[in-house]
Amino acid sequence: MKRLFGFILILLVSGLQAQQSLPSLNLKNLEGKTINTADIAKTGKPVILSFWAIWCKPCQKELDAFNEHYAEWQAETGVKIVAVSIDDSRSVSRVAPFARSKGWEFEVLLDPNGDFKRAMNVNMIPHTFLLDAQGKIVSQHTAYFEGAEFELYEKVKALAGKKK
Amino acid sequence: MKRIIISILLALFCSAANAQQPTVNGSFQLDAQAYFTDAAIGITDSALAGQRSGFNGFGNVLINWGDFRAGLRYEAYLPPMRGFDPRLEGNGFANVWLSYRTDFAEITAGNFYEQFGSGLLLRTYEEWSLGYDNSLNGLRLQLFPAKGITLKGVYGTQRFFWQGYQRNSRGLVRGLDAEFNLNELLPDRESAPWRLSLGISGLSKYQRDADPIYVLPENVGGLAGRITAGWGNFTLAAEYAQKVNDPSATNNFIYREGRSALASLSYATRGFGAVVQLKRVDNMGFKSDRSQLGNALDINFIPPINRIHAYSLTGKYPYATQANGEMGMQLQLNYKIPRGSLLGGKYGTSVALNFSQVNDIARTALNDTTAIGQDGTKGYHSKFFAVSDHVFFRDFNIEVDKRFSPKLKGLFQFMNLHYDIATLQGHAGEEAVEANIALADITYKLSNRKALRVEAQVLMTKQDMGDWAALMAEYTIAPKWFVSVGDQYNFGNPGKAMRKHYYTVSAGTTRGASRLALSAGRQAEGVVCIGGVCRQVPASSGVTVTFSTSF
Repeated sequence: MKRLFGFILILLVSGLQAQQSLPSLNLKNLEGKTINTADIAKTGKPVILSFWAIWCKPCQKELDAFNEHYAEWQAETGVKIVAVSIDDSRSVSRVAPFARSKGWEFEVLLDPNGDFKRAMNVNMIPHTFLLDAQGKIVSQHTAYFEGAEFELYEKVKALAGKKK
Repeated sequence: MKRIIISILLALFCSAANAQQPTVNGSFQLDAQAYFTDAAIGITDSALAGQRSGFNGFGNVLINWGDFRAGLRYEAYLPPMRGFDPRLEGNGFANVWLSYRTDFAEITAGNFYEQFGSGLLLRTYEEWSLGYDNSLNGLRLQLFPAKGITLKGVYGTQRFFWQGYQRNSRGLVRGLDAEFNLNELLPDRESAPWRLSLGISGLSKYQRDADPIYVLPENVGGLAGRITAGWGNFTLAAEYAQKVNDPSATNNFIYREGRSALASLSYATRGFGAVVQLKRVDNMGFKSDRSQLGNALDINFIPPINRIHAYSLTGKYPYATQANGEMGMQLQLNYKIPRGSLLGGKYGTSVALNFSQVNDIARTALNDTTAIGQDGTKGYHSKFFAVSDHVFFRDFNIEVDKRFSPKLKGLFQFMNLHYDIATLQGHAGEEAVEANIALADITYKLSNRKALRVEAQVLMTKQDMGDWAALMAEYTIAPKWFVSVGDQYNFGNPGKAMRKHYYTVSAGTTRGASRLALSAGRQAEGVVCIGGVCRQVPASSGVTVTFSTSF
């Protein structure tokens, strides 16, 4: 058993690269429409992908901060934000009323049994990924502290190739 | 099973047939605690019982190679931290799986997580913070025969700590689920003003009857149906599940069928959202081993629908689903008072109002000579909407979130709580807790990257441990650093000698998706609940280190 795992490990190290793109899973958006997660990145623009839940206060602060700048960020770089709620059946019915009342302008997807969360190795939220225009994951970040959105946006600008 | 999967994995990696380059992602986490004696809060040598440390850790690797995906999850609890199930002690590969996906189908072999509808019949999931994992080990086939149709079939056995499956050591779980999204199924209805999707599932559990007294059903079947319908800003979602009689340790071996229903109606528009939700549960505990009590081998998931609180004192008395019977409702209103209005101020103000109440169901005796719930009988009668006046839980809360200036914002919350601690935490004979809780969470931005946050909370009650106050200050430098100091003070404890402070100091750093946090101090006794699963956290004094990373 142990030798097998050792062997696999060697194989892994020799031939593998870090994850670059999003896996293919079916999630629903707030309108109940099926969205394949592999399609999220197919916009030709950078994408911010953020995992959150309605019981997570730092997550809401982060998304509120994104929303405050979203129109400006979109105009400057074309960046798209997608927020994935990991609320399970305890709170998933409250997600749409909550997100709409917040006036969030970005798309919200529902991941009620954590399939996408697990596939992305998200263990603590907020956990935010930045994808380039080709859909490759270029960076990821956990936790949100006041003002962290500015550093993230610097990275978005670098990706979009626009220097202010 | 693991050997077979590993062999398949090996074969896969050795084959050069697939030209695509494989990619890997994964994560690691270690939670470690060192415990000290602290006589002031009752932690003596004998209370620690020789346990000076706890280590919970895992490593998770996922491999993606074209249409193939595979995963390995290693866990080590040596020994588990205090408050986690002692049966977790051990180490090894908790999850090994392989899946293959095309546009038409996906097949998974090994350990997997699945949920039918909202989980009233089947939900397997993993919750690290509780040490809970009921994954199925078996096969899952998903078919996508046409746009808008998803069919699923699963069979397997559930994870039971580190105990492998042996013939008849626990039940087998088999299930089928079909979901139809009519907007996607019918031509040209994708952007219709209405939305409709329907689902149906069936599940069966097989467990051998070895009971010396009763003749028990070896096959326990269940059926569930669900609908989600929307028109404009309105959405209605409802699910009903029923199972045949399943005498178990949970329901005191009664031969009554189980029923549950969950329904919600919501309205959502820009700046305003409302949702009302109803739930009924009658004898719906469902485990793959009928003799199990407690947090293991649950096949289904009955969601508690009350608000999930995010602060230490509002979350001090969490609700836990009562699988044997409960009837509850919740109502939530979210409103954003627009900018520029009198109450909205310059930046707008968010207001959230939430009410929930859960009662026991009303039960009547089967006849004059049989007590309600007597084992070996059909238990009791209960009409579908019959509610008892025994209140398990009531929570009314209002939250206001307001920005005062570009630098200053605050969140204020008030909560009124009724909590039947005798039922919900097993404190037999104790009076229900009636509490009022108020809190303020203020953030002040010192610069673009530096901020100071202060949380002040107070909980007033005459029951249980009496009044609490909590104060916490946190200084953050985005995106990397935080340091915080806090104190919870049990100033109103009925026993004067028990009026103690619980200080904590924490600091941590985040680099990309890696996080290291350290904290030292006292942890008050409490309960962490997620779903129907709760973990009692004993009072402790010591140092906690958490390291996690994803790649």
